[in-house]
Amino acid sequence: MVSTLEDRVRPPAAAGGPLSTQEFFINMGPQHPSTHGVLRLVLKLDGETVREVIPVLGYIHRGIEKIGEHQTYRQFVHLSDRLDYLSALMNNWAVSLTVEKAAKIELNDRIQVIRTIMAELQRIQSHQLWWGVLGMDLGAFTPFLYGFRDREVLTDVFEETMGARLTMNYIQPGGLMQDIHPNFVERVKSFLKYFKPKLAEYEELLGGNVILQERLRKVGRLEAKTAVSMGATGPVLRASGVAHDLRKKEPYGVYSKVAFDVPVGTMGDCWDRYWVRIEEMRQSMRIVEQLIDNIPAGKHLLVKPAIVIKVPQGLYYGQVETARGILGIFVVADGTGYPYRIHLRTPNFNNLWSITAIAPGLRVADLVAILSSLDIVVPDIDR
Amino acid sequence: MDNEKLLAALKTLEPQISVRENADRLAVTVPCERLGAFMSKLKLENALRFDILYAHTAIDWVAENRFELIYILSSLEHGHSLMVCVSIPRDAPVAPSVSSIWRIAEWQEREVYDMFGVLYRDHPDLRRLLLEDDWQGFPLRKDYKDDFMLEKPQ
Repeated sequence: MVSTLEDRVRPPAAAGGPLSTQEFFINMGPQHPSTHGVLRLVLKLDGETVREVIPVLGYIHRGIEKIGEHQTYRQFVHLSDRLDYLSALMNNWAVSLTVEKAAKIELNDRIQVIRTIMAELQRIQSHQLWWGVLGMDLGAFTPFLYGFRDREVLTDVFEETMGARLTMNYIQPGGLMQDIHPNFVERVKSFLKYFKPKLAEYEELLGGNVILQERLRKVGRLEAKTAVSMGATGPVLRASGVAHDLRKKEPYGVYSKVAFDVPVGTMGDCWDRYWVRIEEMRQSMRIVEQLIDNIPAGKHLLVKPAIVIKVPQGLYYGQVETARGILGIFVVADGTGYPYRIHLRTPNFNNLWSITAIAPGLRVADLVAILSSLDIVVPDIDR
Repeated sequence: MDNEKLLAALKTLEPQISVRENADRLAVTVPCERLGAFMSKLKLENALRFDILYAHTAIDWVAENRFELIYILSSLEHGHSLMVCVSIPRDAPVAPSVSSIWRIAEWQEREVYDMFGVLYRDHPDLRRLLLEDDWQGFPLRKDYKDDFMLEKPQ
């Protein structure tokens, strides 16, 4: 009933005859640059053609769910940074939102607006890095530098307010760690002014490149039905033509009060996933533009930091749309300040699984393009 | 569909379900032997169409000597959501696999096997997912102990 990996990858018996070929297994990773971290894919190959992909996970499994049982709800926010570190603020928000809903903590408009601005800025920042890395994975080095250069501008803005550049740990149950820096509004505006022409440049530099288009168009198609069944969310699902975005469907923060569009693909190929993310950056800028001049006055933290937040007994599930898809936090509370059990439904875990449906029949080089277009972050898969 | 209508529709599908209290959304408990049939109806029935399985996990109720399996479902088409709960005995943790209904369940069930030791009938490839193949024990069980573990602060 229970098998091992060895059972799966035992090579098939050699066929007889002088001209027969044989399928063989090869490891991609755990130290392969295009797997973006320590992820291992066991490939079953027939020459250059991929027959099957067996992802092997757990190289940086840290047992966050187990550690979470020993942490107060506010302490757990720190761990959520370490899931998908490129969506740290949105992960913080997911935990905060679930706890606030469970403990019935009401927030003021200032907190909601700042959270929404931060989340959208981080979505832009995350997609900038993805864009640069996609270029590098496919052999273009310049985008990597461009992506990081522009990302740096936003990282500085975050650092000024939060004191951290990657694991920000800023949004917490009951509010925000600190109020925004006096320079924040000004700097965000100058970023928007700076980045708009840059985004057009992105599209000219990489998107308009015929080599990139050849590498991405009609490669790695994921049908809408398969994508849903495979649990894919975020840009991966939307590129397949399913307009499912929690910001529209179950609005949280102030998403119901701002105007923005949800870009949706048609083919579900790598190009659509590319295009959806580029367009999302544009929409995120639109959201920030609508909010940045109208941050309401008020307190930034409504629950005193010394208070241990107690959550009444029950099962709670809260979710937000991060840069990579839906992050769900499932909390089993027993009425104390510690969760009895905490489960993380992470977007990358579910998105990566769809590679087993996309990859068979393609070439090894296409696999690199697919991995890049899925935009995985490995700590989020392994937890 | 709102919760009352949804519950009524579920009751006609499967009379043996009961409402699971203390959840933040509609939650129903299904007897383990009815799970497979119930789940495939949830997906296929036109009025329900629970097409996405967001999460599947387990809770170790060690004091009551049982595991509770949790399935968090949603319908992208209709926009309603549901939590399905199943209790299985802790000393014989076997449940039917739903991986033929939602493909993502294949991984989610492997994770639950890895962390809780729940065995799934008819699972195509049941082996450890995050831990090594030769790991001893199931870490998310409440009585799990190893030499490097931190104790919960009192």
